[in-house]
Amino acid sequence: MSGPSNFQPKSPILQWTERRLPVLGLMHSSFVAYPTPRNLNYWWTFGGILSFCLAVQIITGIVLAMHYTPTVAGAFKSVEHIMRDVNYGWLLRYVHANGASMFFIAVYIHIFRGLYYGSYKEPREILWILGVIIFLLMMATAFMGYVLPWGQMSFWGATVITNLFSAIPGVGQKIVELLWGGYSVDQPTLQRFFSLHYLLPFMIAGVVVLHVWALHEVGQNNPAGIDVKSDKDTVPFTPYATAKDNFAMVCFMIFFAWFVFYIPNYLGHADNYIPANPLQTPTHIVPEWYFLPFYAILRAIPSKLGGVLAMFGSIALLAFLPWLDRSKIRSARYRPLFRQFFWIFVITCVGLGWLGAKPAEGGYVIASRILTAWYFLHFLVVLPLLSYYERPKPLPASIAESVLGNQPMAPANVKGSS
Amino acid sequence: MNGEQPTRRDFLYIATGAVGAVGAAAAAWPLIHQMNPDASVQALASTEVDLTPVKEGQIITVKWRGKPVFISHRTKKEIEEAVKTPLRDLPDPQTDESRVKKGKEQWLVVIGVCTHLGCVPLGHQGDYHGWFCPCHGSHYDTSGRIRKGPAPLNLEVPPYEFASDTMVRIG
Ligand code: HEM
Ligand code: FES
Repeated sequence: MSGPSNFQPKSPILQWTERRLPVLGLMHSSFVAYPTPRNLNYWWTFGGILSFCLAVQIITGIVLAMHYTPTVAGAFKSVEHIMRDVNYGWLLRYVHANGASMFFIAVYIHIFRGLYYGSYKEPREILWILGVIIFLLMMATAFMGYVLPWGQMSFWGATVITNLFSAIPGVGQKIVELLWGGYSVDQPTLQRFFSLHYLLPFMIAGVVVLHVWALHEVGQNNPAGIDVKSDKDTVPFTPYATAKDNFAMVCFMIFFAWFVFYIPNYLGHADNYIPANPLQTPTHIVPEWYFLPFYAILRAIPSKLGGVLAMFGSIALLAFLPWLDRSKIRSARYRPLFRQFFWIFVITCVGLGWLGAKPAEGGYVIASRILTAWYFLHFLVVLPLLSYYERPKPLPASIAESVLGNQPMAPANVKGSS
Repeated sequence: MNGEQPTRRDFLYIATGAVGAVGAAAAAWPLIHQMNPDASVQALASTEVDLTPVKEGQIITVKWRGKPVFISHRTKKEIEEAVKTPLRDLPDPQTDESRVKKGKEQWLVVIGVCTHLGCVPLGHQGDYHGWFCPCHGSHYDTSGRIRKGPAPLNLEVPPYEFASDTMVRIG
């Protein structure tokens, strides 16, 4: 579904190139003429924000790599060197370190947006699965990036996470040694993590291209969750979506800057300013905040293999969502029960995140078990049952009607009546 | 057109595809195997430790293959506790005898890596006076055997031998 592009550049030079490589026309039809549903709200601005985050991580990362040393003896020192000696090094590192958190804030909002408005449903299954793949690549990238400063949390985070693979029966230990390139997390591990940390963001960029391609093929979902039926339901991407996206992005940048300039270490762990010591584990090891819900699931299960399977399963389930939720109605607006269960699910995830940071003992373990059970029940029992038993509310006849009310159709560029 | 015979072209397609697949696998192997522990890492695989300064009741930590190894000079009481524990109380049943060298029961040598997810447990702690892993709460006894918590296995005993009465070679 690409826009009506009868794009014709004015300059003869561009006309010449356009006839040979129609890249401007592609840009024009994708980001200017492209028709977007007229009812998109601010939850739809996070796609643009995510692209911004990826660009920020790649740019700051490439610059950091010009000063960073991927060796056991040099890594920690080189990060301190970046912080103290390199011109604006502190800024680059704080933007990169907090940028990872911002990236995850944006991606979680983006994912929950999709869950609420049913953006994973027919015909957007592939689009959704590509999103899950991006999310997995982001987790791998952030995990390996966090190892690079080679502090105590870097080292022990790397140890615990790579050891997850030792739970695989039979070949587990061999796989872990393959990942390490040795018998413990050490120089070969650090060096390959650096190589992969450099590579994966570009793979993410590649999958993002597929994601956007799929999006433009099937069209955007929208808060009403109904299909575009006529031109009255859409507005051109530029200026409408561009302006809204840019406004949201600036607000996001202010939020981002507040972290970078005022509380740059708030989301990190003090222990990571202690150089890695392979002979001593910090008493309280916790992953970065964005992994906490999954960490809580890992620890909730009292068996090693079971915990690892539950953790990976909780992410893998997302990919099957289009086939677990069979309801034809996309948006939670018209699904009264689904909407309540959605919010219960949000609370479950936040609760798991909170528990993931607590020590694994007593009441915390019990609470983690209950929430873990609910996490799976939501996907495997609640959603399939709701698809059959829920009575949805009546859908509006069209997107235009859902925003303008049931009045004679107004043209898309009518003045607001506020 | 039923009963059509496979043609020579079909054969060539399959043969070409098969050779291509074998070639791709052969090319992939070096790319994967390079990640395995290399010769220099394997060469560092042995460590010698002098035990004379280790007092009874003391645990020292030495590094072997980048990992901590605990050498515990056990007291009479600790040995007794370990020997007396019935095997049915153990998630990973092993006698204390099988985890030490005969005649050297006072020396327990184990890899100091929690068999859950690899943290370094703390000595002389936990409900069984052996080790306690702070990461997710695994308790080990004075023989380094798992007693409680998420770890599935006992602390591993590395290959080692006594080069002399007071000298141990690990690896
Ligand atoms: C998906 C995009 C990316 C994410 C989520 C990400 C995440 C991270 C994280 C969490 C850290 C640890 C920060 C700290 O606590 O110090 C880090 C460090 C690092 N990253 Fe990235 N990164 C990304 C892209 C890149 C790229 C493209 C490069 C290019 C080479 C790069 C190079 C580095 C370097 C050199 C460090 C070590 C210096 C430091 O710790 O600040 N990153 N990354
Ligand atoms: S690593 Fe020791 S209990 Fe998890």
